[in-house]
Amino acid sequence: MTTQWLYLICGGLLLSSVMVLWRRELSAIVRLLVLQGVLLGGLAGVLAVRLDSVELGVVAVGVLALKAFVVPSILRRVLRDSGEARETEPLTNVTASIVAAAFLTLLAYAASRPLVRLSPSAETHAVPVGLAMVLIGFFVLVTRRRALSQIVGFLLLDNGIATTAFLITGGVPGIVELAVSLDVLLVVLVLQVLTARLRTTFGGTDIDELRELRD
Amino acid sequence: MSLTALLVAAPVVAPLAASAAAVKLGWRRSVAVSTVVAALVVLTVGAGTLVWTTDGGAVEAGSWLRIDALSGVMLIVIGAVGAVATCAGIGYLDEELATGHTTANRARWYGVLVPLFLAAMVVAVLANNLGLLWAAIEATTIVTAFLVGHGRSRKSLEATWKYVIICSVGIALAYLGTVLVNYAAKQAGVVEHGTLDWTELVAHADELDPGVMRLAFALLVLGFGTKAGLVPLHSWLPDAHSQAPAPVSALMSGVLLPVAVYALARYRVIAVASVDPGFVRGLLLVVALLSLLLAAGLLLAQRDYKRLLAYSSIEHMALAVVGVAIGTPLAIAAALLHIVGHGLGKAVLFCGAGEILAREGSTRIDAVRGLFTRTPVLAGLFAAGLAALLGLPPFSLFVSEIGLIRAGIDAHLGWVMAVVLALLLVVFVAISTKTAGLLLGAGPPEPQGQGGVATMTALRESTVVPLTAGLVALAVLGLVDWPLGALLHAAGQIVGTP
Repeated sequence: MTTQWLYLICGGLLLSSVMVLWRRELSAIVRLLVLQGVLLGGLAGVLAVRLDSVELGVVAVGVLALKAFVVPSILRRVLRDSGEARETEPLTNVTASIVAAAFLTLLAYAASRPLVRLSPSAETHAVPVGLAMVLIGFFVLVTRRRALSQIVGFLLLDNGIATTAFLITGGVPGIVELAVSLDVLLVVLVLQVLTARLRTTFGGTDIDELRELRD
Repeated sequence: MSLTALLVAAPVVAPLAASAAAVKLGWRRSVAVSTVVAALVVLTVGAGTLVWTTDGGAVEAGSWLRIDALSGVMLIVIGAVGAVATCAGIGYLDEELATGHTTANRARWYGVLVPLFLAAMVVAVLANNLGLLWAAIEATTIVTAFLVGHGRSRKSLEATWKYVIICSVGIALAYLGTVLVNYAAKQAGVVEHGTLDWTELVAHADELDPGVMRLAFALLVLGFGTKAGLVPLHSWLPDAHSQAPAPVSALMSGVLLPVAVYALARYRVIAVASVDPGFVRGLLLVVALLSLLLAAGLLLAQRDYKRLLAYSSIEHMALAVVGVAIGTPLAIAAALLHIVGHGLGKAVLFCGAGEILAREGSTRIDAVRGLFTRTPVLAGLFAAGLAALLGLPPFSLFVSEIGLIRAGIDAHLGWVMAVVLALLLVVFVAISTKTAGLLLGAGPPEPQGQGGVATMTALRESTVVPLTAGLVALAVLGLVDWPLGALLHAAGQIVGTP
């Protein structure tokens, strides 16, 4: 029973990453991140039941709080202050992005073969989803031009890594998990401050404006 | 408190205390001095490890922190570069405040963040847990973000954005690699509860799954390579180094990059035991040679002296990674000596470059002519630093480069060493021709700076003394084996493989 929940959640995680490539409204993208945060918390919860681990249950609650509430609320603030509602002209159009996502997912399946082979189980069979999220996050990061979209790319990548970590080992040791979560939060806060400075200095958050430093 | 606990705690606590003092008091002389003292504490503990660890021993504090000879060398690098940079930083920041380039509030942040930066790097080299090592290296990204953006100009903001985004992504990939190592360890059943103790992992490295470790090591090279300024995620480095305040550039170049190389050295010894050693060496060599090629190419085209120094950092980190790739104890010892020498040399040069910028008002090479005729002491220090960086005797980079080449030839990598030497020659020509005019050229320069340039004539003692000390240390290390030889040798045994 928990196996089906596991696969359902992993499917949702992958789908929500691909949807980020499809939607243009930044507020919709933030909502997708909330959904992904909920799913990630759910994943940790399901694994806590499967592995009968109280520690993982606590981590699940923490992940839910951080990724579904705290981080999205910071992003919403960035969005509200910026007054920019849409990702204008990403470097690739929607069709090309979706095709790229398909290729990246295939690549993730190929790359994760040694991981599955080492310990074939329901969890590790879902690992390609985590790696695909990492690759899609990277793709968003290099093809989008708004500052907020770049933060989203980083968060997708980070969610992918968290998914992978939960699936293959039931999470890293508690204190490392804490450090990682704190780190994500701090990076997002730093980026929030920087986005505000970008806006006051450049009058917008189009990353293409950042082109003074060249060789 | 036992001596062991003191030895492990002091280099972390001292900078934290300096940071706390800055929070409370803001930027003032006592705070600045306490940061210098903290760096000296780190240096002292590093020197102390000469006694404790050269016979292969280690000082442990629980399962999380541990000082062995390799940590000792890195503590010496952090302490020495930190002492030079923070001492020169006193004059730098006073000048910034006096000329209105910065505010009291930003100076306070500077005082808070610089010692935190030192503490994070100390934790990274003391960590016996690879998760903690990762967390400490990542913490440096967050701590230095606002230091890079200290200047608040369009350019420094651009540099900061790129720095935070690229390094966060890179270090996230290193985290994924760490997670995979954790997985391999857990599956091999060698480490209970999948902890990431380095000593445990080294002891059981041959039981780890090769397929997983291969993927993990590739991610770690990519991730920590980002922090070390290596190809392909190097592009943050020249921007951040050229925009950060000079003492921060010195710390980033002299310490932050080497700590990432240090992480790779720790991981390499695990990887060679579990993965095909040819894959490990090949991957590291490809990354290092491409970085060297990139640095050489862009040095030839460089028109900005701070960016020139930044690309030279990529060059030198690539050389250190060549040493790690070769991986014999001699190669590791040479790479570490190279890191020590590069750190001291870069600290001198970046702090010197900060002085030049404050006087001449431009970082363009062609805007500064004939520095020797106007400020001979500064020009002399800068020229000596450049000579050290180019690997000229008597400075220690000469010795370490010879050591690296010798170790490479011993390991039957003659053709690789030939490529390295050819690229080094290109770098030599590039840097020496670019800087010759800056130092020696004649003719009165056009006054480029804002008002007040003419009034700055004398160099501060707090600048001259540390820079001179750094150069003297470099020369001593180049001439005699003492005092670092035994420690380098012991460190080479720890992560080196015959």
